[in-house]
Amino acid sequence: MSNLKKIRIGAGAGFSGDRLEPAEILASQGEIDYLILECLAERTIALAQKRKLSDPNKGYDPLLERRMKKLLPIIAEKGIKVISNMGAANAPAAAAKIIEIAIRKNLKIKVAAVTGDDVLSLITGEEITLESGKPLSSFGKIVSANAYLGADSILPALNAGAEVIITGRVADPSLVVAPLMHSYGWTYSDTELIGKATVIGHLLECAGQVTGGYFADGVKKIVPNLEILGHPYADIFPDGTAVIGKVEGTGGIISLATVKEQLLYEVLNPFAYLTPDVSADFTTVSLKQIGHEKVQVTGGNGSTKPEKLKVSVGYQGGFMGEGEILYAGAFALERAKMAGEIVEKRLQEHFTEPLRIDYIGSNAAHAGLGDGNSSYEIRLRVSGLAKTAEIAAWIGEEVEALYTNGPSGGGGVRKSVTEIIGIQSILIDRESIHSSFSIFES
Amino acid sequence: MKTKLHDLAHSRAGDKGNTLMLSLIPYEEKDYASLVEQVSAEKVKEHLQSIVKGKVIRYELPRISSLLFVCEEALCGGVTTSLALDPHGKTLSFSLLEMEIDS
Repeated sequence: MSNLKKIRIGAGAGFSGDRLEPAEILASQGEIDYLILECLAERTIALAQKRKLSDPNKGYDPLLERRMKKLLPIIAEKGIKVISNMGAANAPAAAAKIIEIAIRKNLKIKVAAVTGDDVLSLITGEEITLESGKPLSSFGKIVSANAYLGADSILPALNAGAEVIITGRVADPSLVVAPLMHSYGWTYSDTELIGKATVIGHLLECAGQVTGGYFADGVKKIVPNLEILGHPYADIFPDGTAVIGKVEGTGGIISLATVKEQLLYEVLNPFAYLTPDVSADFTTVSLKQIGHEKVQVTGGNGSTKPEKLKVSVGYQGGFMGEGEILYAGAFALERAKMAGEIVEKRLQEHFTEPLRIDYIGSNAAHAGLGDGNSSYEIRLRVSGLAKTAEIAAWIGEEVEALYTNGPSGGGGVRKSVTEIIGIQSILIDRESIHSSFSIFES
Repeated sequence: MKTKLHDLAHSRAGDKGNTLMLSLIPYEEKDYASLVEQVSAEKVKEHLQSIVKGKVIRYELPRISSLLFVCEEALCGGVTTSLALDPHGKTLSFSLLEMEIDS
C-alpha cells in the first residue's frame, strides 16, 4: 500500500486547551503532509469576541502563540501545511501574530486568514432558534453570531499557496475535507468522496480521542502511556479509504474499539451527519484492524450538502454563582443536607429559577442512579443563575457563612461567580454568507 | 442471570445543545445481537428517567456492531447555561453502563 499515492493528515489538537507536544511529534516524526489543529468549542468564539472588543489585536486562541512558536520551525523545514480554526473571533490578528513569530525566527512563511463566518451584522433578533422555537431576542444581549463555514472557505487559500491557514468558525471535519479536495481535485459533486472525507475528518477532529485518549477505564480498557499519548494521523487514498495511525513510540492505542467510540461521538443522526460540505452517512462505514495500531476505514457515503448553514449565536446569559463546602465522617450526608437547606431558605426568594443543590459523593453526577447513600465524605455544592454578578455572589457568601452559622465540621469552602455566555443556533441562507481570505507574508 | 452493561460493552457520551448521545459498543462483536434485543430505546429511557426528560432514539450500526442512543432534553438546557456539575454530561456514558440485562 505504501507505493500508492496517499495524503497523510495529522491532527495535533482536539480542543483549545489540548497538549502542545503531540502536534510537534506529529510534525517532526509523523511524515505528514498536513497538520490540523481543532481548537474551537461552541462558545469559544463568543468568549473570544469579548477579548477582541477590549483589544482589537486579540480575540484569537490564547494558546496560538505557544503552539506556533514550537511548530513554525518544524513545518517550515518539512514543508507541512497547517490548517487551524485558532483564529476564533479574529483570524487576521492571529495571522499577523504568526508572521511576527516567523520574522523573529527568521522564517519565510505565507499565512492566510479566512474570514466571513462573522454574521453578527445580519442578525435582527427575530430569528427563531433551532433549540427553543423562540426568537433570539428573548434570550439576552447578543454578543456574537458565527456561521459554520465549509471546506470551500479554505480551498481558495490552499490554491493561493498558503502554508498556514487560520480560520474562525469552520465545521471541524472541513479542516480535513479541504486539503483532500485540494490534493485530489474532488468537488462537491463527488458527494460519496466528500462523505468519506467527512468521516475521516470526524475521526481526526478530536485528536487523541481516537488514539486511546478518553477511553481507558483501568480495568477492562487498558491503554498504555497516556502521559505521552500520541495524536493520530490518517493516510487517505484517492478512493477515499483511509488508515488511522500514530507515531511509533508514543502512548495510546488504535483499535476497533477506540475508532468506533470516536466514530459515534457527538453524532445526532448517523444516517445524516450534517456539515456545510455534505450530509454524510456513517452507517456504511466499515473498520478493519490491519496492523499494530493501524485501523482501516472504508465505506461511508454522502449526499448533497444542506441548503442552509448553521449559525451559533452567543448571548449574555447572566451570571452563575457557586459555593461548595466539605463534610466528612459521621453523618456527613445529613450535615451537608442541613447546610443545603439553610442556604436554600436564605436565598431562594432572590432567584427566579430554583437553586441547584448537589451532594458530591452521593448524587451529583447521575441523579437517580446509585443508591443515594452517603460516602465517607460529601461535598455540598449550591449553584444558581442570576441577572447580576452581585446577586450571583450571594450563593458563595451564604455557603461561606456556614463556617460559623451552619452545621458542625464544614470545611474547605470555595466560591465563584462566572459570567454566562449562552449559545443558541439558527439557520441562514448560504447566499448571505461570503467567505474570503487575506494573505500575510513574512 | 443479570449482568450490568459494563461487563459486555463500552460507551462514550457526546452532547449537542440539550441532546445527549450515548454509544454502546460490545467488546465482542458476537454480543451485538443480544444488545440489539435487550437494550431498546424504551429500556434506556426507563433506566435514565431521572436524567433524560425527552425521547430516546436508537440507531443500529450493524457494520460496526454498535448502537447509538440519542437522548433529548437530557442536559439541563445544554452545556452553556447548565448549572450541573458536569454540564456536558460527559460522565453519563457510565450511567448507561449501569443498566442491567440478562446475560
